Amino acid sequence: MRRYAIRRSLTIVPVLLGVSVLVFSFIHLIPGDPALTMLGERATPEKVAEVRTRLGLDRPIWQQYALYIGNALRGDLGVSIVRGDPVASDLLRRFPATVELALAAIVVAVALGIPIGVASAVWRNSPLDSLARMGALAGVSMPIFWLGLVLAWFFGVQLRILPTGFRLASGTAFVPWTNFVVLDAALQRDWATLADALRHLILPALALATIPLAVIARMTRASMLEVLSREYIRTAEAKGLSRRAVILRHALRNALLPVLTVIGLQVGRLLAGAILTETIFSWPGIGLWVYESIESRDYAIVQGVSLFIAVIVVGVNLVTDVLYAAVDPRIKYE
Amino acid sequence: MTALDVVVDRRAVAVTGRSHSPASAAWRRLVASPAARAGLIMVVAFVLVALVTPAVHLYDASTDANLTMRLKPPTAAHPFGTDSLGRDILVRVLHATRVSLGLAISAVAVATVIGSALGFLAGYLRGRVDLAVMFCMDIVLAFPATLLAIAIVAMIGPGLRNSLFAISLVSIPAYARLSRGSVLELREQEFVLAAQGLGCSGWRVLASHIVPNSLPPLIVQTTLSIAFAILEAAALGFLGLGAQPPTPEWGAMLADSYKYFTSGAWWVFCFPGAAIMLSVLGFNLLGDGLRDALDPRLGRG
Repeated sequence: MRRYAIRRSLTIVPVLLGVSVLVFSFIHLIPGDPALTMLGERATPEKVAEVRTRLGLDRPIWQQYALYIGNALRGDLGVSIVRGDPVASDLLRRFPATVELALAAIVVAVALGIPIGVASAVWRNSPLDSLARMGALAGVSMPIFWLGLVLAWFFGVQLRILPTGFRLASGTAFVPWTNFVVLDAALQRDWATLADALRHLILPALALATIPLAVIARMTRASMLEVLSREYIRTAEAKGLSRRAVILRHALRNALLPVLTVIGLQVGRLLAGAILTETIFSWPGIGLWVYESIESRDYAIVQGVSLFIAVIVVGVNLVTDVLYAAVDPRIKYE
Repeated sequence: MTALDVVVDRRAVAVTGRSHSPASAAWRRLVASPAARAGLIMVVAFVLVALVTPAVHLYDASTDANLTMRLKPPTAAHPFGTDSLGRDILVRVLHATRVSLGLAISAVAVATVIGSALGFLAGYLRGRVDLAVMFCMDIVLAFPATLLAIAIVAMIGPGLRNSLFAISLVSIPAYARLSRGSVLELREQEFVLAAQGLGCSGWRVLASHIVPNSLPPLIVQTTLSIAFAILEAAALGFLGLGAQPPTPEWGAMLADSYKYFTSGAWWVFCFPGAAIMLSVLGFNLLGDGLRDALDPRLGRG
């Protein structure tokens, strides 16, 4: 087991290197002179030359990459062209907002997706199952930014019961400690702020949860059906156990393993989906930041966030694989 | 027996005779499923709209604007209402079908050809080629597809051609993995070994035995990829990276509507978004149906 974990961990080294090469090469995908494109036509030649030197664009390409990877390993993701701030520190300051949104979405997706999937499998081919399957298919076909707009319009503009943007009502005098507003409000026992933060979280979390919810419901259904057809389930039923015990204790526990893997795979999707969701709901995380940086041609931010998210995805996949192997004794480690 | 009966009988024989081919058997399984039938009808409807609209109605975005008709709710004259420039939303949604669907289908076509060629080569040649190809695919797969597409277009610049490039790039790994897997599975099968034993050259075995037999999963993947590519194209358009104004495109239309939804103008975002969802749903239904129809070994889910 430990040998498998070590070997699996080593496989991510070349992948991360490749990822860094790809993100590094982004800057060379910019047509023409990247420095000129970033600064705009009105920039003075001196300024352009200065940015070229700062980005290392006047050096041979392998030196540029060595500089890039060396800086990245030390946690330096470059500097915002527009604001002049280091990308890495801004990234860490904004990331909690995205994590909070993504966690809320995954909680919604798991809390609804697994029961729906189980019910769908237990009452297979019932009207409930058909409804759940159609719903799941509609969910994976949903442009989440459109769903976000529809939710914001319906609950925010028509019914006026939920806010449609930002993390807190404007004018709130709240000083967060960690930028996890929900957590901070709870720690500071500021219940009014906590309620406000949760109210702001509902719509973006629902929009972002849609696709993972649909995927988890589908996977749970398929996995439950597979397990329910096994011999040991029939044995458990033959022993006279209640149907509830058979489904929850015998079937669900074993059916959850593939579902866990699928949840791990949703992390990347959630972080990419955050770009669209945060844009709709003015949610000040890294997704909205990417959107704003694209508009202002602040390429260092796009690069930094891409590298950051890819590293997270590779890491989560590694953890999921190792956990899966640890939990399932049938997996062979060669 | 009258002459007519004989004709009918012959037709029946002809129909049952043809039904022995795997393709027609798969077709009958496909249309037997209500969900797949619904998907097929939706896909055909969208493709027809994309083909027919430009032929029957000429769209000139520059003269379409009518500022006296800004943001009007649906009426008989404008069944989907008008947008912020007073343009008829129905007309724009219909014309956008060609842009959005065209982008998705061409991106997937490019990805299918390049991805499956890479996969076939990797699986057939194995060794270093296999390692190199699959390593590149792993790198692309390390990124969430939407993020990578957005980042690439942000760098190379907005536009339909650059969107096409980015969407095909992120769609390639699925085909490479799928076709590689098929080759690795098929090359050990007896009919392939037999062809090799009969002296067929390696390329001939690949081209006339392995490739045709790995088509069914590729067809399914293509249908599902188009659904995904429509979503990607709309996301790029929504972020201002895809089709540029005044070109009608579903995602870009949503980006425009976003500025007005607080005023309650629901029709501006309702219809382009519904078009995205229904077209994606259609391809997903068809893809799921094709998977069941093309693989008779799989039981009904």
